[in-house]
Amino acid sequence: MPELQSSAPPERSPADPLSPEPPRTGGVPLWFKGLAPLVLLAGLVFLFLRVGPVGVFRATFPPVEELTLERIRLPEPGVMEVSVVNGGPEAVTIAQIMVDDANWVHTVDGSRTVERLGRRTVRIPYPWVEGEPHTVTVVTNTGLTFSTEIAVATQSPAVDARYLGTFALLGVYAGVIPVFIGLLWLPFVRAIERRWIDFFLSLTIGLLVFLGVDALEEAVATSASVAGAYQGLALVMFGLLGTPLVIGAIGEWRSRLRGGRTPLWVAGLIAFGIGLHNLGEGLAIGTSYATGEIALGTFLVIGFLLHNTTEGLGIVTPLAGERPRLRTLLMLGALAGVPTVVGAWIGGFTYSPIWTTLFFAIGAGAIVVVVYELWRLFARRTPGGLLSPLNATGVLVGMLVMYLTGLLVTA
Amino acid sequence: MSNRKLSRRDALRAGAIGTVGLAAGAGGLSLQGLGQGTAAQSPTQESHHDMITVGQLRPGSFDPSAFLTRFDGGNVSRLPSGQVLREYELVAEDREIEVAPGVFYPAWTYNGQVPGPTIRVTEGDRLRVHFTNKGRHAHSIHFHGIHPSGMDGAFEPVHPGRSFTYEFDAEPFGLHLYHCHTVPIKRHIHKGLYGAFIIDPKEGRPPANEMVMVMNGFDTNFDNENEIYAVNTVAFHYQKHPVMIRQHELNRIYVVNVTEFDLLNSFHIHGNLYRLYRTGTDLQRYEYTDMVSLAQGERAILEFSYKHPGPFMFHAHQSEFAELGWSGIFLVQEVPSA
Repeated sequence: MPELQSSAPPERSPADPLSPEPPRTGGVPLWFKGLAPLVLLAGLVFLFLRVGPVGVFRATFPPVEELTLERIRLPEPGVMEVSVVNGGPEAVTIAQIMVDDANWVHTVDGSRTVERLGRRTVRIPYPWVEGEPHTVTVVTNTGLTFSTEIAVATQSPAVDARYLGTFALLGVYAGVIPVFIGLLWLPFVRAIERRWIDFFLSLTIGLLVFLGVDALEEAVATSASVAGAYQGLALVMFGLLGTPLVIGAIGEWRSRLRGGRTPLWVAGLIAFGIGLHNLGEGLAIGTSYATGEIALGTFLVIGFLLHNTTEGLGIVTPLAGERPRLRTLLMLGALAGVPTVVGAWIGGFTYSPIWTTLFFAIGAGAIVVVVYELWRLFARRTPGGLLSPLNATGVLVGMLVMYLTGLLVTA
Repeated sequence: MSNRKLSRRDALRAGAIGTVGLAAGAGGLSLQGLGQGTAAQSPTQESHHDMITVGQLRPGSFDPSAFLTRFDGGNVSRLPSGQVLREYELVAEDREIEVAPGVFYPAWTYNGQVPGPTIRVTEGDRLRVHFTNKGRHAHSIHFHGIHPSGMDGAFEPVHPGRSFTYEFDAEPFGLHLYHCHTVPIKRHIHKGLYGAFIIDPKEGRPPANEMVMVMNGFDTNFDNENEIYAVNTVAFHYQKHPVMIRQHELNRIYVVNVTEFDLLNSFHIHGNLYRLYRTGTDLQRYEYTDMVSLAQGERAILEFSYKHPGPFMFHAHQSEFAELGWSGIFLVQEVPSA
C-alpha cells in the first residue's frame, strides 16, 4: 500500500514494533483495560460451573479416566501398599483391585472416589513372593483398568536408624567418596603446564556434557510416569531452562557486586551442578535399591567409584591457579557429593516421579550453566578456545571416560 | 468396605437357616478360613476370603441368586391342533449393569438382564417369541436347535425400533442357548445378548433341585480380554452368597458357556463328582467326572448329590478365571438320616 505510506508517515518505527505509543489521555482507565479480559474470563468460568457448558460437551460415554499408580510399597510380608494419584480431567472411583489377575480384598485410606489430583493409598493383604514380579491393577467403576508392576518383590525399608545408615552408606559410596578422591587431583593440576590444564578443563566439559545428557534422559524417562495433569515434560522444561536462568541471574548480580567471575565461583558452580545431578542419581539408586531392582554389590560400588571420581577432577581443575583453603575444598566436595546421600534417603523411603523428574531436570539445567560458564572461560583463556586440537580431544576423552565407566553402573 | 465382615455375616446367616454341617460353635467362622486352619503370621490369611471383590452390589441390581432357579415357561396356551404354544416377549435394550461391586458395564441385554431369561419348554411345543429391539444397534435372536431357515436370526437383523417374531417347534430336547447373531458377533455376544434355552424331554427328567449357570465374562476395558469372569454375570456372587443345597438331594445344573475371547471355560466341583450329559440330548450319562471343559456355545447338564455336608467350592479350573470371579460355594445342609 504505497499510497498509504506516502501520505501518512507511520507513527511507530517499523523496525521497532514494540516501541510504546504515547499514552492516550482520558477515556477508559488503564486498570480497566488490564482487568477487563480477566473479569470476563472469571464470569464465564463461574457461569460454566453453575450451569455447565452448553451444547456439544455433554456425552453419554464415560469421561476419559486417568489414574497413575505411582509406587508399590511392601512394608511387611503379606502386605502391599499402592500409591494412586488421579491425574485425569475427572474424579475416578476405585471399584476393585486385582493383583496378578486375581481380585483381592483391600482398603483405601479415604473415599474410593479420587478427586482430580487426589491421592490415595490402597492397602492389600496379598502374599507377595520374595524375588518375583507382581502386577497390581485398579478397576474403576467404569471398568477401565490401570496397572503397575513391581519388578522384584522385596520388603520396603522402614525409616529407622539401620536403614538410614544403609542408605547413607549407599550415597557415601556412590557420591561422597568418589568426589573427594577426585579433589585430590588438585596438587596435580596445579603443577602441570597451562595447556594441560586447558586439556583437563575441556575434559571436565566432556564429563559434564555426559552427565547433563544422562540427567536429561532420566528426567524425560521419569516424566513419562508422572500423572498427566502434572505435565511431566513441562517439569523437565522448568528444570532444564529455569535453572540456568536463575543461576545466570544470580551470577550476573554477584559479578556486578564483586566484579568478575572468580575461579572459585566457577568451581562452586561446577560442584553445585554436579551436586544436583548426584541428588537425582541418589534418588534413582535409593529407589532401585528399595524396590530390589539393584543390589549394592561390589561391582556396582566399584563402578560408581570410578564413574564419579572424575567429577572431583572437574571441580578442582578451575582452581589450578588458586590456593584454596582446605575448608573451601571440603565445602566444594560436600556440595557435589552429599546430595547423593540426601537423594538416596528420599528415593529409598518416598519415591515420587514428580520430584525425581524435577530433580533430574534441575541437575541437567545446572550442568547447562556450568558448561556455558566453562565455555566463556575458554573464550577468555585460550586463542583457539575449545576447538584447539588438544582441547577438542579433551572434551571427547571426558565423554569417553564417562561412557566407559558408565558401562560398570548400568543398573 | 470390609469384605471379611460381609462374608462372616453370610456364613452366620447360612448357619441360621439350617443345620449346617460345620464344626459346632465355630460354625460361621470356619467357613471364613476355607481350608486355612490357624491364622497366618502375615496379615494375609492366604485364604479364599482374601481373593475376592470388596463391597456389595447397589440395591436393585440383577440378583444371580434369584436367576439361578428362575425358569421361564412363557405364556402357555394351546393351538387348535392341541399343540402347546409358549409365547415370550423379549426386548433388546441397552443397560448399564454391575458385574462386580462398583464396576459398571455398558451392556446390551435381553429384557434388561444378563444373561437373558432362561427359556424352558418341552419337546414338541410351539415357540412364539416376539422380539422388539429398543437398543441403538441392530440385534437378533439366534436359537440353537432345529428350526426353519427364516427363523434362525442370522440373516434377519432387527433394526432399532423394529420387531420380529420367531416361531418354530421345539426340538430336539436338550440344553441349548440363544444369542444375538448380528455382526460384529463377538461384540454382540460379549456385551450380554445371550441366555439359556432348555428343551425338556417329553417324559421329563427325574425330580431334582434345578439350577442354571451361564458361564460368562466381561471385557470391561474393551481390550479383547475379560477382566471379570463369573457364572450368571456377577463376579464371586455365589462365593459371597453360597448356593444352599441339601445333603443327599439330587441337584441338576444346566451349564452353558458363552465366554467370549477365551477358547475354553470349565466347571469343577469339590468333594464330589457329577454325572455329565453333554448338550443334554441323550438321557445316557456321558461321563462320571468332576471336571468338564466347554468351548463357547457348548453346554452340559450335570447331576449330583452330596454325600457330606459343609461348604464345597465350585469354580472354573482355569485358575485365572476362578481368581477373577468365576468361583462359588455350595453350602450343603445336613439332613439327618431317618
